[in-house]
Amino acid sequence: MKSLLVLALLMILPAAVLAAAPVPPTYFYPFVNPYEATVMELPREFEVRLPSEIPVREFVVHPFPKRHIPEVFWYENGLTCSLAYQDREAPLVFLIAGSGSRFDVPRMLKLQKVLYKAGFHVISITSPTHMDFVVNAASGLPGIASDDAKDLYRVMELAWQKVRGDVRVSSFMLAGYSLGGFDAAFIARIDDREHRFDFKRVLLINPPVCLYDSVTALDQLLVDNVPGGMDNFDAWFRGVFSQTMQLAESWGPGGLSGESMYRTYKRMQPSESNLAALIGLTARMNAADMIFTADVMNGGGYIVPKNVRLTSTTSLTRYAIVAYKTSFADYFNEWLLPHYQIKEPGLTRQALLQRENLRALEPYLRGNAKFGMVHNEDDIILVPGDIEYLERVFGDRAWIFPSGGHMGNMFQPDVVSAITGFLKGKEE
Amino acid sequence: MKKHAPCKGSNNLRGRRGRGRARLLVVAAGAILAAGCSTLPVTTGPVEPPLRRYEDFVKPGQPNMLEVKDSVEGFNRGSYRFNYYFDEYLYRPVVRGYEIIMPDYLEDRVSDAIDNLNEITNLTNNLFQFKLKAAGVTVSRFVINSTVGVAGLWDPATHFGLKRQTDDFGLTLGHYGTGDGSYLMLPVFGASNVRDTTGFVADLATFNYIGPVAWVNDSTATWVYSGVYAVDRRHRTPFRYRQTGSPFEYELIRTLYTMKRDFDIEQTKTKDVK
Repeated sequence: MKSLLVLALLMILPAAVLAAAPVPPTYFYPFVNPYEATVMELPREFEVRLPSEIPVREFVVHPFPKRHIPEVFWYENGLTCSLAYQDREAPLVFLIAGSGSRFDVPRMLKLQKVLYKAGFHVISITSPTHMDFVVNAASGLPGIASDDAKDLYRVMELAWQKVRGDVRVSSFMLAGYSLGGFDAAFIARIDDREHRFDFKRVLLINPPVCLYDSVTALDQLLVDNVPGGMDNFDAWFRGVFSQTMQLAESWGPGGLSGESMYRTYKRMQPSESNLAALIGLTARMNAADMIFTADVMNGGGYIVPKNVRLTSTTSLTRYAIVAYKTSFADYFNEWLLPHYQIKEPGLTRQALLQRENLRALEPYLRGNAKFGMVHNEDDIILVPGDIEYLERVFGDRAWIFPSGGHMGNMFQPDVVSAITGFLKGKEE
Repeated sequence: MKKHAPCKGSNNLRGRRGRGRARLLVVAAGAILAAGCSTLPVTTGPVEPPLRRYEDFVKPGQPNMLEVKDSVEGFNRGSYRFNYYFDEYLYRPVVRGYEIIMPDYLEDRVSDAIDNLNEITNLTNNLFQFKLKAAGVTVSRFVINSTVGVAGLWDPATHFGLKRQTDDFGLTLGHYGTGDGSYLMLPVFGASNVRDTTGFVADLATFNYIGPVAWVNDSTATWVYSGVYAVDRRHRTPFRYRQTGSPFEYELIRTLYTMKRDFDIEQTKTKDVK
């Protein structure tokens, strides 16, 4: 009996030694279900208080000034970034948006405020998976993190050139959430060779471990949760739409806010499978937008025929339908892999997948004091084993919260403290 | 979702900058709308079918909500593009100016007053659909808000439990079984279809002949009202072009507009009072 106890203790001890940074005992988060946590906005009383206005200016960079932008993307003209600036010398954080997000989506604006309030200048950068980036700043087909990171690094250099005369910067930091966090790790490695910024700290917020696994898991949420399969998508979506409309009417003048959603949630108890399917749908639509745009920018052949020019009045409906029936996995296997194999004969699928995996960076990340990570145990983009892996790699610079889903708890005060605390560092 | 918003506001601008911009917009509109309205891509060489072909993914006859009847798609896409520039360079800058000048509290008073005047449209359409209870609510709301609510500047009726019975002639037509006709992207006014455009014109006529326009019979007042209405409308519509971040924004708006109107029409059939 005793020896069993000792054995058990021995097994627990190494884990305890390696354990992540402690989560404050006060941590409270109202959504226990990870799908709900991911979708629902936090009611204001659970969120950190942020200033309503901060000094921000937007500017445009042109990484490929001679690039001809196809007429079908008539609204595209350079990649817009934004700068939130302090009026004194301060560290500057480059903030990379998550998958399919522009620099100014609500989450980016809020995170920008969080970092501004903590005393940083912030440059917000659109995700390399957003169509604005694909059109203006991608050097080839997007989707392979190591190459996307090169494109991001180019944008960051240009952005810095644009603002360096206007702000006094003491040091550089790098942060990103979701895919943006994942990108940040790859960017940091490039910077260790190029030394343009010499990032003092790099923070990964809710990153995937293996991008392919995460995107596939998200897509599966859609495929598995539409009752009767994807052939019934239309009927299902109409149902969800009219349910949502009925709720929206009962929300009244306040409209769609955290509070109103929370109230409705408490009353209605939305079905978990619908929430999961909606999360999957968002991921599928983001991927489809990126894939179609990348196809047009690279001469077509995947969804758009080769040798056609789409104009501003060309009907895109048929391409849209096909694109929305295309998952990231389809794109990876049918288009991205063959494309890379032409450039690099002999490249295996496994080898290309390795470029989409934080595990490939493990020797670089492990024990590297400039990296920190914030994550949730119940994050739906992780597959079993991922969270333990991240905990081992990041050690006491990993803040892992028990609940919150995929970034649902980002603006909960304890999470915000973890984010700003790490970036500020202990010496300040 | 973008809803109708009258264009009269744009004519109402008196600033030099506004006039210059308006002229530019007219030229742009002409150029865009006159530009080829073909919905087919231009071929530049031997066309090779793509790896993922539409025919391989869509069984014939299978409905897809992205496919909405759109007989004048070339025109509509041109008009969507025009609206993007119009919104970006004229409409929203004017609305932003309004938002900077006016305190939020006064903006809400303007919105309430406009809603109150528009009860006439709600009332006629409540009646056309024989929704007598709804019509009763609309009349009570108008009386209460015009008196207790000081000419509609406040909306005490809602606090008394009388909810707005929003209605329009497009819904009335749909209520009696009129189909969409075909999708229309109207210059300036935004997403619509043949049925709703007909309804919109009818509502406008009603408003002019028996509504507030007829009561005052003064063209300056009508112009001012139209301008304020247009600005207030945009002020209350959260829609921003390119916010979807999707190359298929045109398709997404078309589908959502159609679904929303279908839903609203369904509501007129099942509910007497909201």
